Amino acid sequence: MSAVLQSSEDVLPTARRFITEQRVVAALVGLLCLALLVAIALPLWALLSKSFLNADGGFVGLANFARYFATPALVQSLINSVMVASLATCIVVPLAFTYAYALTRSCIPAKGLFYALALLPIFAPSLLPALSFIYIFGNQGFLKDLLFGATIYGPIGIVMAQVFYCLPHATMILVAALALSDGRLYEAAAALGTTRWRVFVTVTLPGARYGVVSAAVVVFTLVVTDFGIPKVIGGQFAVLATDAYKQVVGQQNFSMGAVVGMVLLVPAVLAFLVEQILKRRQVALLSARAVPYAPRPERRRDAALLLFCILVGGLVASILGVAVWASFIKYWPYNLSLTLSNYDFAEFEPDGWQPYFNSLKMAGLTALIGTPVIFLGAYLIEKAQAAALGRFFAHFLAMLPMAVPGLVLGLGYVFFFNAPWNPLGALYGTIAVLALNSLAHFYTVAHITAVTALKQIDGEFESVSASLKVPFWTTLRRVTVPICMPSLLDIAVYLFVNAMTTVSAVIFLYGPGTKLASIAVVHMDEAGAIAAAAAMATCIVVTAIAVKLLHLLLDAVLLSRLQRWRVRTG
Amino acid sequence: MRRWLLAAGAAIALAFGSGAADAQQRTRVTIYTALENEQLAPFKQAIEAAVPGVEVVWVRDSTGVITARVIAERENPRADMIMGLAASSLLMFEGMNLLEPYTPAGVDALKPAFRDSAPPATWTGMDAYLGVICFNTTEARRFNAPMPATWQDLTKPEFRGRLVMPHPASSGTGYLMVAMWLQQMGEEAGWRFMDALHENMAVYTHSGSAPCVQAARGERVAGISLDMRGARERTQGAPIEVIIPAEGTGWDMEATSIVRGTRNLEAARRIADWVATRQANELYSRFYAVVAYPGVTNTPANYPANAEARMFPNNFTWMADNRERILAEWSRRYESKAAPRN
Repeated sequence: MSAVLQSSEDVLPTARRFITEQRVVAALVGLLCLALLVAIALPLWALLSKSFLNADGGFVGLANFARYFATPALVQSLINSVMVASLATCIVVPLAFTYAYALTRSCIPAKGLFYALALLPIFAPSLLPALSFIYIFGNQGFLKDLLFGATIYGPIGIVMAQVFYCLPHATMILVAALALSDGRLYEAAAALGTTRWRVFVTVTLPGARYGVVSAAVVVFTLVVTDFGIPKVIGGQFAVLATDAYKQVVGQQNFSMGAVVGMVLLVPAVLAFLVEQILKRRQVALLSARAVPYAPRPERRRDAALLLFCILVGGLVASILGVAVWASFIKYWPYNLSLTLSNYDFAEFEPDGWQPYFNSLKMAGLTALIGTPVIFLGAYLIEKAQAAALGRFFAHFLAMLPMAVPGLVLGLGYVFFFNAPWNPLGALYGTIAVLALNSLAHFYTVAHITAVTALKQIDGEFESVSASLKVPFWTTLRRVTVPICMPSLLDIAVYLFVNAMTTVSAVIFLYGPGTKLASIAVVHMDEAGAIAAAAAMATCIVVTAIAVKLLHLLLDAVLLSRLQRWRVRTG
Repeated sequence: MRRWLLAAGAAIALAFGSGAADAQQRTRVTIYTALENEQLAPFKQAIEAAVPGVEVVWVRDSTGVITARVIAERENPRADMIMGLAASSLLMFEGMNLLEPYTPAGVDALKPAFRDSAPPATWTGMDAYLGVICFNTTEARRFNAPMPATWQDLTKPEFRGRLVMPHPASSGTGYLMVAMWLQQMGEEAGWRFMDALHENMAVYTHSGSAPCVQAARGERVAGISLDMRGARERTQGAPIEVIIPAEGTGWDMEATSIVRGTRNLEAARRIADWVATRQANELYSRFYAVVAYPGVTNTPANYPANAEARMFPNNFTWMADNRERILAEWSRRYESKAAPRN
């Protein structure tokens, strides 16, 4: 190890080095705190304060909230949101649980393929399933008779599209929860002749209950705060997210928009708190003596679960496929011949293909800037010794976006960056501010990924380099970053894909010439050009999936080159 | 690793640098507009050809959104000009002192109704648009919905849940219809009519052309919508009739103004001059049947023949003065019933 770290030009004179390194850490932590304050805390503060001000900026206390709750239409949206979110949660969680159960506790074939199928919706903007369901169950939908005369425009359509959109998030959580289990419990149950149902109720479910609650919380929050689906398929059924849009964009009533934002924050913060409390109460399931559970083939169970997975996975792929197929149709439903003309976006959208390239630019920028910043931030918080208070504060700020829905953060950005007093106002409407917003929106998950990767690296590296008088940045560059390369890639791809598909945060923020692809989908749908909207959504999906495939390829290359040290030779 | 970063940095610099260099040479004029999407590219091209050294940057949204946005930004205006916005909205801005007075060269050649005759002139008319009914005959047969000849016909039970119109707060077409019914029937009868209409309405859309597209695709039986969209959808092969009821229909004028406080006043004035030219009006007439310049006509295929005759005598000042009151009342009556209906 000393050979790796010892390098003459890196070693500074002892006296100077010690002070310099501490100062560098302190300065970097300070910078990180400042950046997180601007990107996360101040916009939220702007939103909070705006909800207590009237249109002219005077303090009115709770008057805006009083007016909100005195307006029947707005209260109705609150009820609608809670109802739709509860319904979607009740459908998604059992569905995802069964799916995850099949993937972890059965012997069905092609588990990798089925897992990939369930994750597909992650690569699509939430608008896409809504567009698909219009083609499937709309008044001219090819399966509309299945609805027995009910309309897809409203709660039915919203819930169906949300189930599609939330499935991967719930599945990922539940696969993780079910993958960990102590095989000894099942052996004991088998030895005692316990019935399979009893084993499920007394062993499997309790073991996964935190995963189930966590999945339910995530799905509920996602549905309440999603804007794309109710916008496209909600009809006259108003929900909180569309209200926020109507107040801010439609009527430019910023105070009322801020109140809706605050109301939207409530379920998200509650959900976040519930999850934190549960996490604290969770005891380690796996003791050192645990034996990993290995499912044994069981023909009837496996056949039933395989059928279930084919059904669910097939449905997910078909719903995605419908949007892609519809994007090639000439004039639904009267002329079903295929055409490329819906991809000629200049016909439907003032900027033509520009929004797509804007999205690429924005997502690329988010990944390229976000990855090093988040990783360095996580490194400082996790490994540095100095500036303890600053590091604690930075960690708190980094965890904050988890509880803040994108729509709320977007509103905060409008109020903060558009304020006349703000010198950063020049950034308003630029690609830079869109990228900053996306970065802030997705900061927490990326941060946790980086912290997890860093925790796996022994602290000895830092101790050894300190005793060898090598500054931390050398260790970081020569040891930590190469080891963490796969996680860095994960973070970059996560940021890119999410920045590419997000709509609820950026819908308020785009400016002249910086409209994004997902916003163009909303606008084309608004104008009735639903086929072109499906075409743009298809472009987003294809790009996101292509980036993910590239990631898998790069990962394989990296593992064989940079990670060669993991393999013991000679 | 370092080489990678260098390459990535170079790529970013290239991506952003190329745009910046181009923009420096020309004056960027930010124009807020409610023109239809497909019009923006040809308009930009025509303006930039006619006024050298200018780069047009559009901010496009529906009439209601642009109107609300201009009012919200009045302390700190971000637009240099407003183009293709309802005259009733511009009259409202004039009352709030948000517009820069300017009389474009050659404005005298325009039809009198399209000129701001009350000095100082703040707006220049471009074209007129009116509300029509797009009626899908294929779908109508399925539900036995009779072809509407009057506005009252749309309140028949056969249209229940199969009718669609634009939201008057966000769409200019929506507001001109509501304003027409109220002016023509009188306030009390007008609201009563809209109460009945509301019972049949499946949805109020954000945009003024979406209702016709939805009717054209059979998603709804009838849509109250923008005239030109009706002609266009029919020409593309949709089984629709474009109907203007016998009582006449609402209309508004699209016009251009310069925003007070613009930093690009000189460029904005030259663009305003272009707006009043014959070439500009020939461009409008590619998209609108009725334009400001006398003698420039280009009635598109399938455009209702009786359109100009059936434009009811609209009072723009009334539309501007009563806009906020009417929209508040409309919202009170029809937005609280947010539950879906069939």
